[in-house]
Amino acid sequence: MANVLELSNIRKSFGTELVLKDLSLSVPEHTATVLIGASGSGKSTLLRCINLLESIDDGQIFLDGEEISDPLINVDEVRRKLGMVFQSFNLFPHKTVLENITLAPIKVQGKNKDEAVSAALALLKRFDLSDKADQYPDRLSGGQQQRVAIIRSLALNPRLLLLDEITSALDPVLVNEVLSIVRDLKSDGMTMVLATHEMGFATQVADEVCFLESGNILERGSAEEVLHAPKNAKTQEFLKRVHQAGRL
Amino acid sequence: MSERINSAWSPSSREIQRRGARKRISRRQELIAAVSTLLVLGTLVSITITSPGWAVVKKTFFDINYGREVFPTVIAGLWINLQLTFIGGFCIGIIALGLALLRTTKSPALTPFRFLATAYVDIFRGAPLILIILLVGFGVPALRLHGIPSNVIFLGTVAVVLTYSAYVAEVIRSGILSIHPSQRAAARSLGLTSGQTMRYVVLPQAIRRVVPPLLNDFVSLLKDTGLVSILGVTDAVRAAQINASRTFNYTPYVVAAIMFLFITIPMTRYTDRAIRARTNAQSSEGVI
Repeated sequence: MANVLELSNIRKSFGTELVLKDLSLSVPEHTATVLIGASGSGKSTLLRCINLLESIDDGQIFLDGEEISDPLINVDEVRRKLGMVFQSFNLFPHKTVLENITLAPIKVQGKNKDEAVSAALALLKRFDLSDKADQYPDRLSGGQQQRVAIIRSLALNPRLLLLDEITSALDPVLVNEVLSIVRDLKSDGMTMVLATHEMGFATQVADEVCFLESGNILERGSAEEVLHAPKNAKTQEFLKRVHQAGRL
Repeated sequence: MSERINSAWSPSSREIQRRGARKRISRRQELIAAVSTLLVLGTLVSITITSPGWAVVKKTFFDINYGREVFPTVIAGLWINLQLTFIGGFCIGIIALGLALLRTTKSPALTPFRFLATAYVDIFRGAPLILIILLVGFGVPALRLHGIPSNVIFLGTVAVVLTYSAYVAEVIRSGILSIHPSQRAAARSLGLTSGQTMRYVVLPQAIRRVVPPLLNDFVSLLKDTGLVSILGVTDAVRAAQINASRTFNYTPYVVAAIMFLFITIPMTRYTDRAIRARTNAQSSEGVI
C-alpha cells in the first residue's frame, strides 16, 4: 500500500516556542490516523502544516510521493487535494449551505454550476441535510454546521481529509451525528488524519493512534495498543486524566 | 418549539397589582419628561424672541415671503448637489475599493502601488477638503493641460472624490481586516486562490459590515458638496449666497439649510436603523 502522506522530521516553532520537533509520520492509503494529546501538544499545528496553512521550519512533507514542503510548489494546487475541517466549522456566513459547498467546485475545479449543484445535493441527501440546502449557516445547529463543513470538503473529492477536533465545539448530544459521517467515510476508504478527544470514537476508526506530547509522537500503534495498553508513562497519565473526565 | 401561550391564562391578583404599579411609575416618568421638555424649549424660545435683535433677525433670516421667492433657485442649486453626490459617490466607491484592496494586498508585484495607496490615503485624509477644492479648482486649470476640462463643476467633483476616496478606502479596509482569519483559512484550504478568497469570501462579508459607516459618509458627502460653491458652482449654497447678497436678506441660507436637512435627516435615520439591524445580525451570527 502506498503512503498518501509522509512526514519526515518536521520542525515548527512560533517565535521562541517549539511546537513540533522532529516529527515523522506515514499515512497509508485508506487508513485513518488519529492524533491524541493534550491541548497545546501540537495536533492542530501539525494539521495546519500538512495543509500548508503554516510553513515548517525543517523537515519534509510528501503527498503521494511529491514533496509539498517545497517553497516552489503551487499551494493552491496542493490544497485542492486536501480537505480540511476545522473545530469552529468556518462556514461562510454570507452564503447558503448549497453555495458554501459549490463555491470551490465551481471556482477551483471549474465545474459548471449544474454539475456542482447536483453533486452537492447528492451529498446533502446522503447525510440527511437535503432540507437545509437553501438555509444560511446561522440557522443551523452546530452539528448540522459541522456536517455541512465536512460535505464542503468532500465536494472536492480530496485525496486526504484532515479533521481538526471537529466535535470539540459541539454540544455532547450533537457529537454523534458528526462522528457517524466520519465512520461512513472511513468505511468508504477515505484516507484521514484526525485530531480528537473522543477516545471511544478513536478506537472505532483508527488504524493508527499517535499520542502527541510537546510536539513529538511519544507513542504510536493500533488503538488497542495505545489506548488500552499504553507503554509510555506520559500516555498512561494522559489517558488516566481523559478517563477521569469521562471521555473513554 | 416553545409552547404556545395558553389563551385560558388570566393574570394573578399579584400580577394585576404589579401592572398597576408599573403604569403609575411610567405615567409619572412621562409627566417629568413633558415638564422638562416644555421648560427647556420654552426657555430657549423666550430667550430668542425676547432678545433685543429678534425683530431684525426675524426679518432678515425668517422672511417667509422672500423664502418662497428664492425657493426655485435654491432647489435648482440643490439638484447640482444631488448630482454631484451620486456621480461622485459612484466614483468614490470604485476608487476607494481599489485603494483598500491595494492596501491589504500582500502581492509583491503590487508593492509600489501599496506604498502609493498608503501615501494617497495619508495625504487626502489629512488635508482639509476645502483646501483640496481650492488647489484642484484653481491649480489644475493653471496647468493648461489639454483634454482636462476647466469646468468648475467637474473640478469640484474631482476634489471631493479625491478626498472622500481616502476616507471610504479606510472604512472598507477596516471591514476587510475585521473578517476573522479562520474564514480565510477555510477558503484557502478549499483551494481558492488569495484573489478568489478576497472576492468570494472576505469582501462580501466586509462590505456588509461597513454599510452603516458608509451611509454615514454618504450623508457627509452630500453636505460637503456644498463646499464646491467656493469655486463658483451654483449649487444650493451658492444660489442662496447670490440671493442673500443681492438683498441683504439671509432667508435663502435658512431655506438651503432646511432643504439639506430634508434629505439628510431621513438618510441618517435610515443609517441608524441599518446599524441597529447590523448589530442584531451580528449577535445572532454566532460562530464565524
